[in-house]
Amino acid sequence: MYVYDHYDQKIIDERVAQFRDQTTRFLAGEITAEQFLPLRLQNGLYVQRLAPMLRIAVPYGLMNSSQLRKLAEISRSYDKGYAHISTRQNVQLNWPKLEEVPDILAALASVQMHAIQTSGNCIRNTTTDQFAGVACDELEDPRPYCEIIRQWSTLHPEFAFLPRKFKIAVCGSAQDRAAIHHHDIGIELVPDRDGEIGLKILVGGGLGRTPAIGSTVCDWLDKKHMLTYLEAILRVYNKYGRRDNKFKARVKILVKAMGVDAFRQAVEKEWLALKDGPTTLTEQELNRAKSFFRSPNYQVLDGEVALTALTSQCAENPIFGNWVKRNTEAHRVPGYRIVTISLKATGYAPGDVTAEQLELLAELADNFSFGEIRSTHQQNMVLADVPLSGLYALWQQLQEAGLATPNIGYLTDIICCPGGDDCSLANAKSLPVAEAIQARFDDLDYVYDLGPLELNISGCMNACGHHHIGHIGVLGVDKKGQEYYQVCLGGSQSKDASIGNILGPSFRQEDMPDVIEKIVSAYVSLRGEEETFLDTYRRVGIEPFKERVYAQAD
Amino acid sequence: MPRLIKRGVITEDPWLPANPAADTAAPGHICTLEQWQRLVEKSGSAVQLEPGQEPLPLFDDLAKILLVVINFPVFTDGRGFSYGRDLREHGYTGELRAAGYFIRDQLTYLSRCGFDAFQLTDESGLEAALDSFQDFSEHYQAAIDQPLPLFRRRLP
Repeated sequence: MYVYDHYDQKIIDERVAQFRDQTTRFLAGEITAEQFLPLRLQNGLYVQRLAPMLRIAVPYGLMNSSQLRKLAEISRSYDKGYAHISTRQNVQLNWPKLEEVPDILAALASVQMHAIQTSGNCIRNTTTDQFAGVACDELEDPRPYCEIIRQWSTLHPEFAFLPRKFKIAVCGSAQDRAAIHHHDIGIELVPDRDGEIGLKILVGGGLGRTPAIGSTVCDWLDKKHMLTYLEAILRVYNKYGRRDNKFKARVKILVKAMGVDAFRQAVEKEWLALKDGPTTLTEQELNRAKSFFRSPNYQVLDGEVALTALTSQCAENPIFGNWVKRNTEAHRVPGYRIVTISLKATGYAPGDVTAEQLELLAELADNFSFGEIRSTHQQNMVLADVPLSGLYALWQQLQEAGLATPNIGYLTDIICCPGGDDCSLANAKSLPVAEAIQARFDDLDYVYDLGPLELNISGCMNACGHHHIGHIGVLGVDKKGQEYYQVCLGGSQSKDASIGNILGPSFRQEDMPDVIEKIVSAYVSLRGEEETFLDTYRRVGIEPFKERVYAQAD
Repeated sequence: MPRLIKRGVITEDPWLPANPAADTAAPGHICTLEQWQRLVEKSGSAVQLEPGQEPLPLFDDLAKILLVVINFPVFTDGRGFSYGRDLREHGYTGELRAAGYFIRDQLTYLSRCGFDAFQLTDESGLEAALDSFQDFSEHYQAAIDQPLPLFRRRLP
């Protein structure tokens, strides 16, 4: 992973000192609350319903074990002993004290972490595939590009006061696990006709109030032009994005208003002045970035032998075998597997992880996966490089800590924002809905029979729970002061990206498990052989689901 | 006389503010963009841009202009940061002033975007604001103050 040198450390340390001074001036009444707002937001600090919330950046979801241990220590010293993995692969603390935040940031800086630009109207944390570097379907590792973007976007002097927040995601594989079609900018590593890998640039995707799928502004761009091209896009957005209405301020609205061709022309015009300038990436810089993401020291393993041994372990212990089947993925190196650790045990808020669990995960990362761990936008964690021979011992320890729920990619692996329990923006609670649905679907065999099924829940329009792109999406709405839930079907975050359609009138909280049950039982009766929920929905449309859910009981 | 920070020191403003009500700017006054566009002789002129007024119309006469003021009616409207860079990238070398309701915590970003004069609406914090120029001693990006990005300057 990327390691800071003295330049990176200096920038982060100076940022901590700057925020310490800003906090002191705010507490002394020298800065108004209105002026302090964007300053604290750009350091990840929200003021929430019950307490401030601090969002810590995890650049493209990658952490090492010392960072995990530091997070555990911080959550104990400054918070309530747990943390939350967000849908942007970041880590959130829900109960820090404002006056202690500078100390938290200093503690983070000591392990090369920060909270820079995790909120506010600026360029946010760049996200990517949680299986980057180890996926079998990968064309090229996206992380060096993410790190180059991280550095370029960190404290960018021109783009700190944009019309609205700005999110970038990068994908380097056949399957899109980074939801690049739903970002302000999506970057895909693609080959040209001669097989040379360059960048495809999408602009104007997004969720929130007006969900949109990104439009292609450039089919193939030489990698060396990545930053100048991004700079041109951002400059067009900064100059022309709407600032009169916060709900119309995202770049997706600008792309729609101008039309993608006019938008592209405006970008090309700005780009002309920047192209081949000093921000053009050098071969040396690309190589430097890549040097941090080289393969770890894999053992040379006989994949066949390891697999035979694993197969017999699985046969001996079906519970372990089931976990291997559900929560691990093929690795590009023989004898290794990718392990996803579910943070979706029923009864616990999706994405929550305790200080003890963080420490255990640090130890497991050290013992089984070269000391590194990843957070995912589905709010789980990943150990990317586990030898097959270590899987059983790893599973036993996860099992003891409540981290071996075998539900990755299934109905109960719910993406869910913190909702009305913690967040001041929320219209409705989301956690109790997730829990009630998980509790209803406690028969794992039934859940497996339903196949891959993504259920995403957001407590408000801001769509932190990505409800538009869930196969089933749930949105909390406020109806005359009452919390109601709107359901949409047919969203997808993959390369066949789509935005879900609203099923119909919204439901009361207590009815939600029944509603989901009716939807999935409609699917079961409608599906063809081996047909997934999404494929079935795309074939039959929303009507049969509507009929089933809104049918009057006779 | 109103005071401002110019090239790192506090000084008095020799210019008189723009008067949008007038057809033409009186001598010594800063022009609005409309007034400036009507000027027959642009040598020695000063012009103020508002958010939404790109510096494009100035580009042919940049060598004649002594002062460009970019007004920030609210500090959260960041268009002026791009306008500043645009002007410098097109070769403007005169005074580039931020005016209005920006805050001292934006001074590093503003100076990186090419601003060299800063007129805060609230003058009381002017001395203290000078400290904010020292917030950062290193930057990742190329900008007006440092034309090379860090990746072209990094030493082991």
